[in-house]
Amino acid sequence: MGKIQLKSVTKAFGGVKVIPNLDLDIEDGEFVVFVGPSGCGKSTLLRLIAGLEDMTSGTILIDGKDATNLPPAQRRLAMVFQSYALYPHMSVRKNIAFPLMMAKMDKAEMNRRVENAAKILNLADYIDRRPGQLSGGQRQRVAIGRAIVREPAAFLFDEPLSNLDAALRVGMRLEISELHQRLKTTMIYVTHDQVEAMTMADKIVVLRAGNIEQVGSPLELYSRPRNTFVAGFIGSPKMNLMSGAHARQHDAATVGVRPEHMDLSTSDGLWRGEVKVAEHLGSDTFLHVDSKDHEEPLTVRANGEFQVKAGDVVYMTPQADKMHRFDDKGLAIG
Amino acid sequence: MATQHSQKLARSMMAPSVIALLIWMAVPLAMTLYYSTLGYSLYNPISTPFVGIENYTYFLTDPTFIAALTNTMVLVVGVLVITIGGGILLALLLDQDIYGVNIVRLLVIAPFFVMPTVAALVWKNMMMNPVYGVIGQSMSAIGLAPIDWMTDVPLLSIILIVAWQWLPFATLILLTSLQSLSSDQKEAAEMDGAGALSIFWYITLPHMSRAITVVILIQTIFLLSIFAEILVTTNGGPGAQSTNITYLVYQQAISFGDIGAASAGGIVAVILANIVAIFLIKAIGKNLDA
Repeated sequence: MGKIQLKSVTKAFGGVKVIPNLDLDIEDGEFVVFVGPSGCGKSTLLRLIAGLEDMTSGTILIDGKDATNLPPAQRRLAMVFQSYALYPHMSVRKNIAFPLMMAKMDKAEMNRRVENAAKILNLADYIDRRPGQLSGGQRQRVAIGRAIVREPAAFLFDEPLSNLDAALRVGMRLEISELHQRLKTTMIYVTHDQVEAMTMADKIVVLRAGNIEQVGSPLELYSRPRNTFVAGFIGSPKMNLMSGAHARQHDAATVGVRPEHMDLSTSDGLWRGEVKVAEHLGSDTFLHVDSKDHEEPLTVRANGEFQVKAGDVVYMTPQADKMHRFDDKGLAIG
Repeated sequence: MATQHSQKLARSMMAPSVIALLIWMAVPLAMTLYYSTLGYSLYNPISTPFVGIENYTYFLTDPTFIAALTNTMVLVVGVLVITIGGGILLALLLDQDIYGVNIVRLLVIAPFFVMPTVAALVWKNMMMNPVYGVIGQSMSAIGLAPIDWMTDVPLLSIILIVAWQWLPFATLILLTSLQSLSSDQKEAAEMDGAGALSIFWYITLPHMSRAITVVILIQTIFLLSIFAEILVTTNGGPGAQSTNITYLVYQQAISFGDIGAASAGGIVAVILANIVAIFLIKAIGKNLDA
C-alpha cells in the first residue's frame, strides 16, 4: 500500500516561501512525476514527503495515517538520491543490506532479500565490490537495490538519472519503468526533463514556484495544457506561442501551435518564412524559421526527411483543430 | 613537462636542495654513529678511545632504559587515546550549526599556538600546583585532598599537558574530514532507519578513518620525541618515573657528561622510531590507499 495525500502543505526557508500552499493526492501504485524548471520546489516537495525537511504547516497522510511528525525511517518510504549516496566503505552487498540490518532482520531473510534484489537488478556480478569500483549506471542500480529490499510503501526518486550519460539514461529510464510494472509500488519521481516525465509517468505534476500548474496524464498535458506555462514546458521542441494579430483572429490573447502540428510546403501556405537553421535527424526534420508575420522565430517539425537548407523559403499552415487558445491571464480557453 | 630537456633542467634545479638535505641528514647521523663507538666523557674530553659496542651494551642494560622505553610508549599511547577520543567529540560538536561557532573554533585551536615550555610551565604552576593551582584549589574547596600532580602522578601529568597541546591538531584534522562527509549519505542512512549512534558508527567513523590514520601517524612522530614538557616540569623524576628515551639521552649527555652513551642512545632512539613507523604503516597505512 502506498497512498500519499498532501493537505495545504507550505514550506518556507527563512522568509522565502518555497511552497506557498499545495494539495495533492497520490494513489496507490501510481507512477507520479514532479516536473518543473530548476528552483520550482519539486525536490523540496519530495524531501518533505520523505521527512528530511520539516513542513512549515500542513498535513501529510500515508495510507490514511498522519505522518506529518514521523521521522523519515518510520514513513516506510525509500529514496534514491541524485548522487546515489552509497556508503563508500561498504561492499555492494552491505550497502543493500544496510536498511535490513538497521531493522534487525534475521540473517536468512536478509540474504534472501539481497539476493532477490541483486537478481532483479543484475547486480550479482559485482556484489562484493565497493561503490568506488562501479560505473555510474551500476551505482544507480545499487541505490535502487538498497531501496527495493525494504519493500517500502513508496519509492522516491530525486533526479536519479541526471548524472548519467545520454545513452545510459534512456536505458535506466526503461529499467525503472519495468521495475514499476513488476513491483506495482507507488513511485514518486522528480525530474526537470520533460521527456522522462512524458515517457515514465502515469500522472505528471507540473510545478512552478512551488505551485501546481497542472496535474494529469502525459497525453492530457500534451493535448490540453491548462495554461501557457504548461503548454510551453511539455512537448519537445517547445510549442510556438503567438500573441497579437494572430491571436485576435482566434478571439484569444495568445494562441499556441506545436511544431508537429504545422503543415510544411515549399510552394504555398498561410505563413511565408525563411529557414534559419535546419536540423536533419533522419527520422524528423526540425526547422527554425524567421517569418515576417511573426515577432518570434517559429519552430516546425516535419516527419522524415524534408529537403531544405538555411536560407530557403518555406510555407507553413497550422492545423486548425490543433490550435491552443489562451486568455490574457494565460489560461486555456474552451 | 615531460620532454627530456625539461626533465634534465628540473633535475639540475632540484640538485642543490637535495644535496643540502642529504648532507643535513647524513652528517649528523654519521657523527652520532662515530661518537657512539668512542669512550667520550665531557669530564675527560682529551682521551676518546675506541670502545666498540660497549656504549650500546651500557645503554641497553641500564635499568632506566627499560623504564624509559615503557614511559615513552605509555606517553605516546595515552596522548593518542585522549586526543583522538576528545578530538572526535570536539569535531562533532564544532560541526554543529551553533551561534558563534567561528569564535569557538578559534578558541579550540589556540593551545596549538602556545609553545611547549610555556604551556608546561603554566600547567605546572597555575593548574597542577597542589597549593595554589586551579585544580588543587577547586579540590580543596569541595573538601577533597589536593593531588600533588608532579610528585604523585608525574607521567599522567605530562600525558595531560601534552594531550592538551595536541588536542587542537587532532580536532582540526578530524573536523575537516567530518565536513567533507556528504549530507546525502547521512540522509540516506536516516531513511534506511539508522539512529544517531548507528549513523556515527557505520557512516561517520568509517568516513573519518583516513583522517584518524593521519593524526596517529603525525602525532606519533612528534610524541616519540617529547622533551621540553618533561624538562620544565618533572625533570624526568621522581626517580625515572617520567623519563622517556629522549630525556634519558639528554641526561646521559648533559647530566652525566657521557657523549658516547648518549650517542648510542640516540641511535637506539632512531631505530625504535623506525620500528614504530614500520609497524604503524603496516597496521593502519592501508587506510591511506584510495
